Amino acid sequence: MSDQSLAIGGLKVSTTENNSIMKKNNRMIDKAVYVLIYLSASVSVLLLIGIIGYVLVKGISAVTPEFVTTVTSAVKGTTGIAGNIVNTLYIIVITLVLATPIGIGSAIYLNEYAKPGRFVRLIEMTTEILAGIPSILYGLFGMVLFGITLGMGYSILTGSLTLTLMILPLITRNTQEALKTVPLNYRSAALGLGTTKWYMIRTVLLPSAMPGIITGVILAIGRIVGESAALLFTAGSGYFLPKNGQWLSKVLESGGTLSVQLYLSMSKGQYDTAFGIAVILIAIVLIINLITKLLTNRFNVARSANVARSANVARSAKKK
Amino acid sequence: MVKNKIEVRNLNLHYSQNHALKDINVFLPEKEISAFIGPSGCGKSTFLKTLNRMNDLVDGVRIDGEVLLDDENIYDNRVDTTILRKKIGMVFQQPNPFPMSVYDNVAYGPRTHGLKNKAQLDEIVEKALRDAAIWDEVKDRLKKSALGLSGGQQQRLCMARALAIQPDVLLMDEPTSALDPISTSKIEDLVTQLKKDYTILIVTHNMQQAARISDKTAFFLLGELVEMGETETVFSMPTDKRTEDYITGRFG
Amino acid sequence: MENKTTSIIGNWKNRRLSETVAKTIFLVCAFFAVLGVASITAYMIMNGTPALTKVGILEILFSSDWSPTAAQPHYGILYVILTSIIGTAFAVLIGVPIGVLTAVFLSEVAPKPLAAIVKPAVELLAGIPSVIYGLLGLMILNPFMYQIELAIFKGSTTHQFTGGANLISAILVLAVMILPTVINISESALRAVPQELKAASLAVGASKIQTIFKVQIPAAKSGIITAIVLGVGRAIGEAMAISLVTGSSVNFPLPFNSVRFLTTAIVSEMGYAADTHREVLFTIGLVLFVFIMVINILLTKLLKKGSGVDV
Repeated sequence: MSDQSLAIGGLKVSTTENNSIMKKNNRMIDKAVYVLIYLSASVSVLLLIGIIGYVLVKGISAVTPEFVTTVTSAVKGTTGIAGNIVNTLYIIVITLVLATPIGIGSAIYLNEYAKPGRFVRLIEMTTEILAGIPSILYGLFGMVLFGITLGMGYSILTGSLTLTLMILPLITRNTQEALKTVPLNYRSAALGLGTTKWYMIRTVLLPSAMPGIITGVILAIGRIVGESAALLFTAGSGYFLPKNGQWLSKVLESGGTLSVQLYLSMSKGQYDTAFGIAVILIAIVLIINLITKLLTNRFNVARSANVARSANVARSAKKK
Repeated sequence: MVKNKIEVRNLNLHYSQNHALKDINVFLPEKEISAFIGPSGCGKSTFLKTLNRMNDLVDGVRIDGEVLLDDENIYDNRVDTTILRKKIGMVFQQPNPFPMSVYDNVAYGPRTHGLKNKAQLDEIVEKALRDAAIWDEVKDRLKKSALGLSGGQQQRLCMARALAIQPDVLLMDEPTSALDPISTSKIEDLVTQLKKDYTILIVTHNMQQAARISDKTAFFLLGELVEMGETETVFSMPTDKRTEDYITGRFG
Repeated sequence: MENKTTSIIGNWKNRRLSETVAKTIFLVCAFFAVLGVASITAYMIMNGTPALTKVGILEILFSSDWSPTAAQPHYGILYVILTSIIGTAFAVLIGVPIGVLTAVFLSEVAPKPLAAIVKPAVELLAGIPSVIYGLLGLMILNPFMYQIELAIFKGSTTHQFTGGANLISAILVLAVMILPTVINISESALRAVPQELKAASLAVGASKIQTIFKVQIPAAKSGIITAIVLGVGRAIGEAMAISLVTGSSVNFPLPFNSVRFLTTAIVSEMGYAADTHREVLFTIGLVLFVFIMVINILLTKLLKKGSGVDV
């Protein structure tokens, strides 16, 4: 490619006798930089292949039906993570049930009700700050506030409440983005029919923004599944299944998620278990990535359709 | 007999499905001003950009035919576009100074081509700014950001930037369309003065401008070169009916 | 709408009520973020300061003697703070060039099919849980480092052998973990640079590489700095990925020393710490919190300057 090669030694060239445009002066620096750029880009790809490959090779044999359906027990001589799977599901469900409405509500307020000003800036700034606080600090905070002050101890509830705060910015932001893509004339069309704002939000805005909101929720699931630092000192490390019929009180018992269990197994030197869990976590990451990809694609299609439609509306309005 | 600086032979340009330039044949004489006129979308800007291969940046462009600069085909595989573009400078429709100081903007080209000597750079920068008729306005603020200049000043700075690489040919893509009348007339004066040293090709949607400053005028329509000739002839007695319709304002 | 009466007055009253209720509920939701930040700040200060007064600010922050469980306990966290600063700095030093060059690759250089491989790879890297990075660091990096350690310190009587759990391992893990952040934000900053600038540079005969490094990267500067600051935030706050790969004792942050970061000190000791020791761990949390808030202030300043980049 002629674009990549270069150039001439100095301005004097134009006065020298050889004034042809056909002499390539291959500047070595450019070539070296291209090599560096390609090397850098390959780092991410090689790392990913390496990580997934290594984890699969080391861990796939640990993932047996028994591993995912039983609980580790010295008496029965079993090694299993069924309890951790259940704990993870508990925490996902409780956290989402709490965080999703709050996050969506917050985004609706910011996008649809609030007038730009100090208060909105305060909310947006604090949302940014929440997004930047490291999980380990969430862990400390949750441990003291929910665990000690509110007396919930090491429990699934303590962990879920902590994570609620942690994933709130994720859901708020994604919902805000989704709301922003709904064309303005949808809103005015609905309000022009004499509906209230809330009715308009329920019937027009939220359905149009739904794919974006769901993307946010799924990303939040990914975040919860991968989280460990914020849960270690809040949800604790219990690995038992709920006792018969006591599904509800399990919420107030300690429960380690898959990631927390991975960390504990690793620190105890139980590497087979650790790699087994790692395989499952990577599978979840891949699935979540795939779903968000599909959703985003569909969302983009819907979005461009929206844009086209609103352009049509504008055009026909002009004709009149 | 004036030498032809650029000769274009059977040039066709496809932009994905779109046949944007159709079999263009044209000779552009040295040290003259040639103006390209035509309604928007007629391909005049696209044509200008084929002359320094800026269309190479656009995805899906296919170009056939020959463009000879001093008898060398610029679409030859052996051509180094950086050297080509050093010989063919370009000024764009919108002033596009770099977010750097006035001095660094003008020195950018020479530095790019390896010139480091401070005294030489100073000399080139001053000459380019003088040639672009902006020296007096910026000589006290060479180290300040170019973004602080007015639109007209920015455009003359961009001309200085193009002149600093000492090109043979200067391509100007509607250089005054974003400017006020006073800045426009400054640029027009400038262009007429630059003619003695440079071969200048200017795309314009403004027919009066073409009539005022150019030696040759070419009329483009729907990707075709309809007519090219001495500016006076083209404007007073065009040979093609379409040219006549256009310059008398019947369409476009 | 459900109201059957046709009087616009009655409608208006009902509507206004539901409207007010809805608005209030949304307002309360929005306020949760403010409440969250306020209470986290309050709790961090409340729990982090007692040790400062009990042990003394100077003793905690500027002493390097960390022996919380000794008969005569000392709580100097200087080495821990230094480790976090130095570890983060080097992780950024490694991660940022690779990240920015990858961003250049994605936004300017890559042919489409290659970009279609690299981009998803970066996204997936961002999604991999910290504990897995930790697991791999422990299983791959540490044994490798141990080999190097054995070779370098062969016959040394003063070096404390760490089995490869050292500062370098942590830095490498952190460098990898900040890559996706740096890449994504730098990429969007580069894409936001106007095409006209690129065209202007190419038109004077600059090569693509010259254009990227002399025009496009400088024009994307504030976005790239934002990327770096976010990378710093990510690195300094990471706990689980490095808690096992750095060894288990507090030392001056030299490459082959076993070290503790602010985060890993909390993770590894909170489980058993009691009384003053526990309070000092909260002080460590407070120090980390202060670092993060400083980073936040920097970010706000940067974004105000207007980089045109979504974070």
